[in-house]
Amino acid sequence: MLSCQQVTELVSASQERPLNFKEKVKLRMHTVMCSACRNFESSMGTLRKAMQEFAKGEHNTTDKKD
Amino acid sequence: MTGSTDNIETIAQPTLGEASKLHDAEYLEELRLQMIKFANLQINDPHLAEDAVQEALIGAFKKADSFAGRSAFKTWVFAILKNKIIDILRKRQRLAEVSDLINNDDEGEALNSLFDKKGHWNPDDKPSSWGDPEKSFKQEQFWVVFETCLNNLPGNQAKVFMMREYIGLDTEEICKEVDLTVSNLHVMLYRARLRLQKCLELKWYGGEAHA
Ligand SMILES: [Zn+2]
Repeated sequence: MLSCQQVTELVSASQERPLNFKEKVKLRMHTVMCSACRNFESSMGTLRKAMQEFAKGEHNTTDKKD
Repeated sequence: MTGSTDNIETIAQPTLGEASKLHDAEYLEELRLQMIKFANLQINDPHLAEDAVQEALIGAFKKADSFAGRSAFKTWVFAILKNKIIDILRKRQRLAEVSDLINNDDEGEALNSLFDKKGHWNPDDKPSSWGDPEKSFKQEQFWVVFETCLNNLPGNQAKVFMMREYIGLDTEEICKEVDLTVSNLHVMLYRARLRLQKCLELKWYGGEAHA
């Protein structure tokens, strides 16, 4: 059984490379039971989307009008 | 990714329009400040950042007459800026000594404190549900918080994270550019993500701010 810390490492790794079968199974076995890690996993998806949005340069804090 | 300027041409070419707005000094100054902020997030050298912005603006102005409006111009100018930033990062052989990047144990310890000895989340640090997180993307205030969180990342983490997620370079390319091993890079990206998750949860999703 993976620890939460190992799970967060694996979730981060999954954004860099495809996980292998064994890793996927271990990850799923943990997140099925652990809501904190489930939340972490989905927040990583949000973070990536937010960065893509941010990279468009449309949301600028100094933006007053456009 | 190959030559950094190639892909500019593939970005939607703007058509004719109200170029006159682009000569509004106040608007341009505002745009310039935004660009400098972006460049500074990735290049630790204010002069280099300033130069990149200058060049991007000059490059964009050559085509200014063909823009349909400000937002098309802005998209264009940021696309050029990104490419300038990639060029600058490419020219830098190393970010810093690897030992500084990784063996910074204060950083490792700070993040390890999110977990107990067995590697389980400490009660106060358990990530909570963010609900419908993308709803927040429509709120200007969210982006203020987001940028604050990015700015709070330690310098080297910020750099590799921005190369990865903002510029969109892949692992292999970043490792080559900054002379890191894949596993060192992964550690840095992991730490940056943990920090950002924590920061966004504290300053936005976990609080009342977005409700
Ligand atoms: Zn867990």
